[in-house]
Amino acid sequence: MQAKDIAELLNEPACEHNKKEKSGCARPKPGATAGGCSFDGAQIALLPIADVAHIVHGPIACAGSSWDNRGTRSSGPTLYRIGMTTDLTEQDVIMGRSEKRLFHAVKQAVESYSPNAVFIYNTCVPALIGDDIGAVCKAATEKFGVPVVPVDCAGFYGTKNLGNRIAGEAMFKHVVGTAEPLPVPASAQRPGITVHDVNLIGEYNIAGEFWNVLPLFDELGLRILCTLSGDARFREVQTMHRAQANMVVCAKALLNVARKLQTDYKIPYFEGSFYGVTDTSMAFREFARLLGDSSLTERTEALIAREEAKINAELEPWRERLRGKRVLLYTGGVKSWSIVSALQDLGMEVVATGTNKSTEEDKQRIREIMGDKTKMITDGSPKALLGAVKEYQADILIAGGRNMYTALKARIPFLDINQEREFGYEGYSGMIELARQLALTIQSPVWPGVRKPAPWVKAAAPGIELGA
Amino acid sequence: MAEILKRNKALAVNPLKASQPVGASLAFLGIHRAIPMMHGSQGCTAFGKVYFVRHFREPIPLQTTAMDQVSTVMTADENVILGLATICEKSKPALIGLPTTGLSETQGTDIKRLVREFYAAHPEYRHIPVVPVNTPDFSGCLESGYALAVKATLEVMLPQQTNDTGKRKKQVNVLAGSFLTPGDVEHIKELIEAFGLRPLLLPDIGDSLDGHLTEMESSPLTVGGTPVNDIASMGESIATLVLGNSLFGAADFLKTQTGVPDYRFDALMGLEAMDSFISALAEIAGRPVPEKIERQRAQLQDAMVDAHFMLGFARIAIAADPDLLFNLARLVSEMGCEVVAAVAPARANILESVSAEQVAIGDLEDLEHAAQAHKAQLLISNSHAVETARRLDVPLLRAGFPQYDLIGGYQRLWVGYRGTRQALFDLANLLVEHGHHEPEPYVSIYQRDSKNAPFAPDRTH
Repeated sequence: MQAKDIAELLNEPACEHNKKEKSGCARPKPGATAGGCSFDGAQIALLPIADVAHIVHGPIACAGSSWDNRGTRSSGPTLYRIGMTTDLTEQDVIMGRSEKRLFHAVKQAVESYSPNAVFIYNTCVPALIGDDIGAVCKAATEKFGVPVVPVDCAGFYGTKNLGNRIAGEAMFKHVVGTAEPLPVPASAQRPGITVHDVNLIGEYNIAGEFWNVLPLFDELGLRILCTLSGDARFREVQTMHRAQANMVVCAKALLNVARKLQTDYKIPYFEGSFYGVTDTSMAFREFARLLGDSSLTERTEALIAREEAKINAELEPWRERLRGKRVLLYTGGVKSWSIVSALQDLGMEVVATGTNKSTEEDKQRIREIMGDKTKMITDGSPKALLGAVKEYQADILIAGGRNMYTALKARIPFLDINQEREFGYEGYSGMIELARQLALTIQSPVWPGVRKPAPWVKAAAPGIELGA
Repeated sequence: MAEILKRNKALAVNPLKASQPVGASLAFLGIHRAIPMMHGSQGCTAFGKVYFVRHFREPIPLQTTAMDQVSTVMTADENVILGLATICEKSKPALIGLPTTGLSETQGTDIKRLVREFYAAHPEYRHIPVVPVNTPDFSGCLESGYALAVKATLEVMLPQQTNDTGKRKKQVNVLAGSFLTPGDVEHIKELIEAFGLRPLLLPDIGDSLDGHLTEMESSPLTVGGTPVNDIASMGESIATLVLGNSLFGAADFLKTQTGVPDYRFDALMGLEAMDSFISALAEIAGRPVPEKIERQRAQLQDAMVDAHFMLGFARIAIAADPDLLFNLARLVSEMGCEVVAAVAPARANILESVSAEQVAIGDLEDLEHAAQAHKAQLLISNSHAVETARRLDVPLLRAGFPQYDLIGGYQRLWVGYRGTRQALFDLANLLVEHGHHEPEPYVSIYQRDSKNAPFAPDRTH
């Protein structure tokens, strides 16, 4: 990938980060950087496409440490769970045999697993030695009769966030618009309901959580052409250009796909979330608004009223356990406010939130939702986070998996909110699971046990005294 | 306080209970060069022997007075005397345990008188202690039979009141309950030794029922276990550790007889229980807690924190003898689990303290019904519960007697910081492996026929 292509991707006009600094995503600082590379970002964004052979082209470090990402779920094919890499050797690199190996790797994948498509993820070493993966993909597509898509995402191109965009760009450039949607099956037609086609962009079906929500789409007559990329199929990505409305779910990562679908195919989009009762209802309302179907609007309001009444009743016992508990939230960007609504629905108080990756607009929304009292935290180092937990007397830290042990080692209840988690929280029914997991850790009897010093020790145990 | 539900049905289905004579025999098997002889029909012994052989995977010395039709109707006194004499003559044991059975108790045997008559008839064997104990199988269970045998052993070996407490400055008595495995017993000894103390265990199944591949090739008596001569010196120890509520009766006798102060523990699983135990050792030894033990404690705390996500709110069903049930229920409750079904085979004082709303006196069918009603996610019980777990479609963690389908189950370490930690890992892993916490896959009505159908490439563009 050339420097100008990278610069173009970094300059994402739809992303609010751009309004402050021209470079879009900030440069990583040597010696003080956490987070993944572009390859990581691209792979995470596309791996959930379940019927594709995902081949990582490079030496072992890239795939070896990252394959078998168990977060996302498929209702059918499990091909995406099979780790594939060209596992380049020294001889491949020195003798320039890596392109050839890649070509044969595609052949092997096609012959052994009959994938519906093959994605090739480029990594640092082949990018550096100048492998032309575009040419290999083209030749392989012709030779094997299966779409072979290059995803040029070498780690040194930049951050994980850039990798997400590279992935979106690859889909837009090579896949979207290459097939037409199937007609709506007659068996699924219902009188009085006009079926509208929509896409969800940036929804990953973590722990199968989107299955909490999908039946409601069916009920409203919203056909999801493609979820990019949770439980997606290659063919669904091909038809994304025919949607009437798009929702960007809870992440800036694939915003470029939504923007390009808007400019090239005139498909309107909105940003939303399925976390929390309020936000889930909001998402359905936004679809109804964009689609401008008065019957849909009516049915949407009826559905929201029914679901909210039901879930509110079910949540009541959990609210009693959680009411007034103080939360320190440290997550990236959009989640800094999207999950807040869910927590407030449970009667909890968010005392501080991380805004390291949030845009000005995100921060504005935080103020709207939580008022001026809420502290915004920019330093995400373990020490700073623990300091904040103590300062704001938080009962729980909600953050990404890599902060889990920061919390646990300081004997603080923790909830994992990132993609590695094992529980799905989306939709109305997901709130029950969220409430359950929150109560499970906050009220766990292990905390007094591990905070108490051994009876034969006079000094206090380490860890943070928590508020009552 | 748990509500105790009495047995309320005629038929025991998939019994949980093992008999008192079997339990008493187990206690005697923890004494060096001993042999238990059940006073009953030969089947009582044969079944008990197979039970232990399959569980411990060791040869088990166990004899019988072999009551037949005539001796059952007329009198079996001669069987006892003859049996004792035969064993003494053939094997020269250090001790003979003599548990009664349902048969001999119903017949009305006076087992203590028979022992006196045996010594009168065979003064040449007066040096061999014989421990009679009333253990009919129509009351109690393995645990109570074991406890009665421990008490009876003390009664025989410490007939006189003494006042020699602390004469052996490093010696600590340990009355080890039947909920402890050989692995547990060994670990407890190590912990005590870590404080520079010398543990004297009664019984010591850690030594006798594990790890024997000896030169002797075969032995009619136990190999390893508490040396009989040591039991007589229990009055000279500086303290007694009593492990398991079921042995408190035996402990009362030991204390009355010797005046040695005792420290009693209902539980040895979980952080709090072990903290109390280690504190007691530090106090007895007058020494700081060794770093090695501090490290094990820290490792357990770490595991508790890591495992609480999987164990929190988990619904657990447990069936076991009272002390083990109490220990396991306490362990999982400390992790935030809910004990939704608790079953013990027989009454015991400790049952009221079990961390559960109700404890049923019953069998594995009762466990199955309660587990089903309360949607238990995991069972803890012996190998007989394998089928129960399969029918309920939940995982089983094997604990207690018998474990005949699991190699090494008999020696597994449950107690201490280390044993607790492993138990937490295993519980968490079983729950994760069998977890069904995710939403069921759902395919949109618009894609029912197409989404997961074989691929048809579309080349319209």
